[in-house]
Amino acid sequence: MTTDEQVLNYPFPGETALEPPAEWERLREQCPVAHVRLPSGDQATLLTRYDDVKRVLADPRFTRQLTAPDAARLSAEGGGVFSGEMSQIIPDMGEGHLHWRRLVARWFTAKRMIALRPAMTEIADRLVDDMVAAGPPGDLRAALGFPLPVYVICDMLGVPAEDRDRFSHWSDALLNLTRYTKAETEASQVEFFQYMSEHVTAKRAEPGEDLLSELIAVGPPEDGGLSDLQIVVTGMGLLVAGHETTANMIGKMVAMLLGDRSRWERLLADPSLVRTTVEEALRLDANAGFGLPRYLHEEIEVSGTALPRGTTVICSMASANRDEGVFDAADEMDLGRSPNQHLAFGSGIHSCLGQALARTELQVVLEVLLRRLPTLELAVPQEELRRVEGLAVGGLSELPVRW
Amino acid sequence: MKVSVDQTRCCGAGQCVLTVPEVFDQREEDGIVVLLDPEPAEEFHSTVREAAAVCPTSAITVHED
Ligand code: HEM
Ligand code: SF4
Repeated sequence: MTTDEQVLNYPFPGETALEPPAEWERLREQCPVAHVRLPSGDQATLLTRYDDVKRVLADPRFTRQLTAPDAARLSAEGGGVFSGEMSQIIPDMGEGHLHWRRLVARWFTAKRMIALRPAMTEIADRLVDDMVAAGPPGDLRAALGFPLPVYVICDMLGVPAEDRDRFSHWSDALLNLTRYTKAETEASQVEFFQYMSEHVTAKRAEPGEDLLSELIAVGPPEDGGLSDLQIVVTGMGLLVAGHETTANMIGKMVAMLLGDRSRWERLLADPSLVRTTVEEALRLDANAGFGLPRYLHEEIEVSGTALPRGTTVICSMASANRDEGVFDAADEMDLGRSPNQHLAFGSGIHSCLGQALARTELQVVLEVLLRRLPTLELAVPQEELRRVEGLAVGGLSELPVRW
Repeated sequence: MKVSVDQTRCCGAGQCVLTVPEVFDQREEDGIVVLLDPEPAEEFHSTVREAAAVCPTSAITVHED
C-alpha cells in the first residue's frame, strides 16, 4: 500500500436509503483492502469482497472487541456497544464464549421459534389492527417494525410490555455512534443496568418461564451456569443485539418490496416465497450500517495484502453480499434465490445467535402484511425515504404507507 | 446423497432446521445440530444442499452419490 493512496472517509457519505454506494463495487474490483478514516478520525482497513469478509469474520481468533490500546475507535464520543467495560463481562472468544453461547442458544433454537410463531403472529396482527384503526396513511416503522421485536424480546426476558418504551430508548442510546454524547450513552447504560439488575433479583425470588429465570436455574458458575452480573449483561445484550437490528430490517424489507410493487404482487400471488424473500432482503440491505469491526491480534493475508497485527478491520457484509463472484445477478432482487449464503448475520462461531428469531419475526411480518393489507403501498416516492443517521445499525427513519 | 454434520463446529444458529426440519434438528440443551436422517429422500436433496451452503460454520457436509 502506498503512502499517497487516498484515504476514504467511512461510512461513505451520500448513500441513499435503499441503493448501495458506488464505492463498494469499485473497491471490490480495484481495492479490496482499502484504507478508510472512521468518524473518530482513526484509520482502519475496509474489506468489501465476499471471500475476504467471510474469512475474517469466521476466524475464531478475531473478535469485535476494540479494547486494545492501538485499536481504532469508531467514533470520537465513544465506542457504543463495541467497546467499554460492559462488553467484557461475557467472554467473547474461546471456551468461555462457547460455554455462554450454548447456555443461551437453547432459547433460540429453530424449534423454539416455531413454537413462538403463533404468539408472534398474534402480536403482529394486533399491531396491524392499531395501525389500520389510526390510518391510512401510517408509519409502518413506528406502528409495527419498532414495537414487534421489543415485545418479543421483552416476553423472552420476562420484562413487562409496559416497560418497552424505556427499552427502546436504551437500545437506541447504546447503539447510536453519533447522535448521543458519551455522557448520554453512559447515563442510559447505568439506568438500563439498574433496571436489569433489579429484574434479575426479582426473577431469582420469583422465577418465571423466561430466559433469565432459566439461566438463573442452571446455578452459579461453579455449577456450569453464569454469575448474576453475566445474566444481567446477557439480558441487556439481547435487547441491544436484537431490537434495533430487527426493527430496522422490517422497515427496509417492506420498503424494498413496495419500492418495486411487482415484487409485492409476486408475493401476493405466491406466499410460499416468503422465506426466500426474507433472505434476499437481508442480502440486499444496502443500509446495513457500519459493518463489523475486527481487531487483528495476529498478522493475516487478505486478497494478497498482508495486514499487520494491530490492524482494525471493518468487514462490509453488505458489500460482500453483492459480490458478483458469488451471487448471480448480484444487484437484482430475486425473491426465490436459493441457496442464498449471504453474510447479513456474520459468519462462524460469532454469527448471530438470534438469527432464527430474526428470520421468524421477518417472515411473520410479511405473512401478516400480505394477509391483512394486500393493497399496501408506499405513501411517498421511494427517493424520499430517509435513513436514520448515526446508528451502528442502519434503518429508515419513517416508512409512510397506505392501503 | 449422504449427509454428515460436525457438532464441534456447529454454532447452534438453527438455520439448517429452519430450512429442512425433516433432516436436521437441534439438541434441547444447547441448540447443537442433530442429524435426523443421514440419507435423506430425493425430495429433500435440494433443500439439504441449501442448508449446507448457508450453514454459518460449514458444519454440514453433503456427499453426492
Ligand atoms: C435482522 C436482524 C439481525 C441482524 C442483521 C443481526 C446481525 C448480527 C451479526 C452480523 C452478528 C455478528 C457479530 C460479530 O460477528 O461480531 C450478530 C451477533 C449476535 N446477535 Fe444478531 N442480528 C439480528 C437479530 C438478532 C436478534 C433478534 C437477537 C436476539 C434477540 C440477536 C442476538 C445476537 C447475539 C447475542 C449476537 C452475538 C453472538 C456471539 O457473539 O456469539 N441478533 N448479529
Ligand atoms: S446451520 Fe450449521 S451451525 Fe446452524 S445449527 Fe445447523 S449445523 Fe449448526
